[in-house]
Amino acid sequence: MRTPSILNKLKFGHYLIPKDFNLVGGIRSFIPRPEGWESVIGIEVHAQIDTNSKLFSSSEVKYGAPVNTKVSLFDAAIPGTLPVLNRKCVEAGILTSLALSCQINKVSYFDRKHYFYADLPTGYQITQQRKAIAYDGHCKFIVYTPGFHKKPYYSTAKIRQIQLEQDSGKSIHDLNSNRSLIDLNRAGLPLMEIVFEPDLKDGEEAAALVKELSDILLSLGTCNCKMEEGSLRVDANISVNRHGEGLGTRTEVKNLNSVRALVNAIEFEVRRQIQVIEAGGVIVNETRSYDSQMKETLPMRDKEVKQDYRFMPEPNLPPLRLVDIPDEEADSALVNIAQVRQRLPELPEMKRQRLVQKFNLNIGMAILIMNTPGFLTYFESVMELLPLPSGVRVAKVLHKVAIPALSEQDIDLDSCPIPHHVFAELYKLVESDTLNLVKAHEVFILLLNGDSRNPAQIVTDKVWMKVNDDEAISTICLQILSENSAVRAKYKTTKHEKHVNKLMGAVRKATAGKYDMRKVDICLRKFLQE
Amino acid sequence: MPRLQTIAEVLQSFCQKTSSPIQVLEASYETFHNSSYLNAFTFVSPLNHLKYQASQINESTQQPLHGIPVAIKDNFCVQGLPTTCGSKMLQNFIPPYTARVVEKLIGAGAIVFGKTNMDEFGMGCGTLESIFGPTKNVWGLEEYRIGGGELSSFSDWRIPGGSSGGSAVAVASGICFAALGSDTGGSTRNPASYCGLIGLKPTYGLLSRHGLIPLVNSMDVPGILTRTVDDCATILNVVKGFDENDSTSFEGNLPPVQISPHFSLKGVRIGIPDEFSCPGMDPEVIQCWKDTSDILEKSGACVSPMSLPHTKYSIACYGVLNPCEVASNMARYDGLRYGHRTPHPKLNSTQGLYAQTRHEGFNHVVRGRILAGNYFLLKENYDKYFMQALKIRRLISMDFEKVWHSGFDLLFTPVTLSAAPTYSDFIQLDNRTQTSVQDYCTQSANMAGIPALSLPIKLNSKGLPLSLQLIGPMFSEPKLLNVAKCIERIVDFPQLKSIPR
Repeated sequence: MRTPSILNKLKFGHYLIPKDFNLVGGIRSFIPRPEGWESVIGIEVHAQIDTNSKLFSSSEVKYGAPVNTKVSLFDAAIPGTLPVLNRKCVEAGILTSLALSCQINKVSYFDRKHYFYADLPTGYQITQQRKAIAYDGHCKFIVYTPGFHKKPYYSTAKIRQIQLEQDSGKSIHDLNSNRSLIDLNRAGLPLMEIVFEPDLKDGEEAAALVKELSDILLSLGTCNCKMEEGSLRVDANISVNRHGEGLGTRTEVKNLNSVRALVNAIEFEVRRQIQVIEAGGVIVNETRSYDSQMKETLPMRDKEVKQDYRFMPEPNLPPLRLVDIPDEEADSALVNIAQVRQRLPELPEMKRQRLVQKFNLNIGMAILIMNTPGFLTYFESVMELLPLPSGVRVAKVLHKVAIPALSEQDIDLDSCPIPHHVFAELYKLVESDTLNLVKAHEVFILLLNGDSRNPAQIVTDKVWMKVNDDEAISTICLQILSENSAVRAKYKTTKHEKHVNKLMGAVRKATAGKYDMRKVDICLRKFLQE
Repeated sequence: MPRLQTIAEVLQSFCQKTSSPIQVLEASYETFHNSSYLNAFTFVSPLNHLKYQASQINESTQQPLHGIPVAIKDNFCVQGLPTTCGSKMLQNFIPPYTARVVEKLIGAGAIVFGKTNMDEFGMGCGTLESIFGPTKNVWGLEEYRIGGGELSSFSDWRIPGGSSGGSAVAVASGICFAALGSDTGGSTRNPASYCGLIGLKPTYGLLSRHGLIPLVNSMDVPGILTRTVDDCATILNVVKGFDENDSTSFEGNLPPVQISPHFSLKGVRIGIPDEFSCPGMDPEVIQCWKDTSDILEKSGACVSPMSLPHTKYSIACYGVLNPCEVASNMARYDGLRYGHRTPHPKLNSTQGLYAQTRHEGFNHVVRGRILAGNYFLLKENYDKYFMQALKIRRLISMDFEKVWHSGFDLLFTPVTLSAAPTYSDFIQLDNRTQTSVQDYCTQSANMAGIPALSLPIKLNSKGLPLSLQLIGPMFSEPKLLNVAKCIERIVDFPQLKSIPR
């Protein structure tokens, strides 16, 4: 079975936007299950807080630093060292919680979660078990995988809680010499664990939720969301049940480090569970890992024994107290929720809605703009130079002209070297019917390759002006028809559109793409009717 | 021979050039050498190192501990010096940093003479559960001497109390002028009581715990052991204060404690809690308590009986909370990064390595508490034991709150149930039973985080120190020490003039 993946949308979305992509009004449509079955998915996300130093120590946070070079005495659990809470992490936790509409606990606590593992130096993780920093939130997200969903639709996942906690170190098992190597650079990095309710139905919804969450965290600056670096890790809880029956026993798949792995792991696990039950077996509550090579989930051997984490309050950290004082002058030693709230930026959904309302874009284009790196910023900068009603066409020209050209050179719009005002001039040539999109693309490539002339000059020098002249169009149409009399004859008998397209192609070739193809189309058909 | 000097007297002798830091160090070193059988130290810096440190002190600045030799309990990290906690687990551990309170002592001109013996990780009250062997009390030792001089051996001895017994003996013997201990259930006050010293357990949070290897984080405080109240105040003023590395340290600024010669006991309201006269208490202790209370009253203090109804549960409560935090705190000793690692060759798993290492590295007391703590913290037991214990702790703490609110300034109680017992008597009871007896009068102050001080009053019929305890509200150290000073002046405790050679 082919698993449509949101990755298609992420990577190639700008080529795949269908024509009917107008409204978010799609109904919830799921990956089909065997008759009578449904699946229920919940995810837990570990998002590494983007800070300069660790959660409880002053060690620098730096991905890819040489092993064991970012380790303070506390991180290595040297006896007598004590945790000191990083205020920046608390603020990031609050900002994220506010963006996800959570209730914030004015008093929360830290707890020790005990388990022995070589990359956990203290033998316990400091986390928030009894009372976390935030609870009861939600995340609204758009589900749309081109080629799978006909229309995008909105869905919502509730958030049970958000807690602050430490990351562990990394173990590398050297099987050849039967030893384990430990890197403590990651030990003590700050994480936000975001626990979602099981409100999802399939892997696509999970992927869409993670995508939206990433966009939110990126806009907040609280996490860089680089899944490949482990900055965002997802655990999925998966269960299946027959329609009308209660929830089935769930399994947990840990440490999914790409959106593709998330989708594949969920879909594999759903199929496996249904197969097991249909074969008369039972699902056991267990923790599984995902093998991305084999595309299957496997029980984690070291998690077979039920762990009792022997939670205990962390005695070295007083309760985390927050205040919420609207007064801007309020200068509190405690973190002030009101001051953090003022730092809330425009969130992705607000941005999409603004694009729709301000520029009259359809939601599909708004999603496209948001999902294409650099598109939004570039678009908005260009639009500062142009009247609002141009928005729809500017977006289209960027989409059809700029992005394909940049893609060929593997450049994102946010590193596009062509200044905004130059692109605006290019757009005006299209707008004024001086240039068609085919030639606009060629001008764009020249500019991209460092042509210093302005767009109008290039068009003049290259004589790329769009040909609108009816007489010239008639002439070329007649010429092509006479050169392709066989095609013309076939059309007369069959009336197949492909013959018109072939003639159109011939005109485009003969005119180097300069002619107004809309007029050519009308003209050709007129002659064909005769 | 004159009595042992106070810090102020030594500093004055430096000023008057009648003595020098080098001379004081040499004298300390000689005393240490002549009394090595006391086994007070786990490590002593070589004399030339100490002299070098003394020579580095800036003569011109008037530092409060200029050239004063101090001893540090072996659970405080001191950079470059072994820090073992009396355990095989940390036998080879040399910390790469120095505890905040020790830094402050050094910063004030003190010379770290050495690290002192203790019960393993502070779990004991006799200073005998240590890989370095037991420490002997200086008091009453002659009685048991066999032979003499270098060949001295002892048929028995008085225990120094614990777990900070090494620190107490280092001060009582005259080797050092002051020592840091730690106090979780009485570990500073108990040995102070048996060794005839001032032992202060400060308010929780007044002294930084950064660098103090924890026993029970929520109760541990660095403790101060000195021969006089003035010395105690001098040390306290140096080591107290906020530390950003300890999130439980008090951020406010308590002004330096001044011992005033004009302080009067008149009008000071002192409570005598009924619950502290417990079964098994030596009649001599009770008599001493009673007599001294009378003296306080005659000196103008308002002395009245009162009650702390939940005190009697403090030991049971501690019996749960201590193992829980111990189980958690000991989890880091796995032999991977520092400390003992088993040389056992046939271990094929990480878990196997941990188990063998921890079995070898911890003594039976520590292992027993780890086991108990993990049991109490199991999901099914958490509410039954840990939560209940926390509630009791709150009740004990509230007992004290009520007492202060009703107008009492301080409480006056025994510290220990008797004078120092002999080693042979002490080991008749197991560690757990001893702890519950020994900590009876001291533990509740740790539960409440309030300051308490042990001070010597008199010698008993066998010539051993009898001590009593003052307990006060949070941050009442100034009053506590001034009242202690008044009592010290009145009772004129016969300090040890020299140690037996």
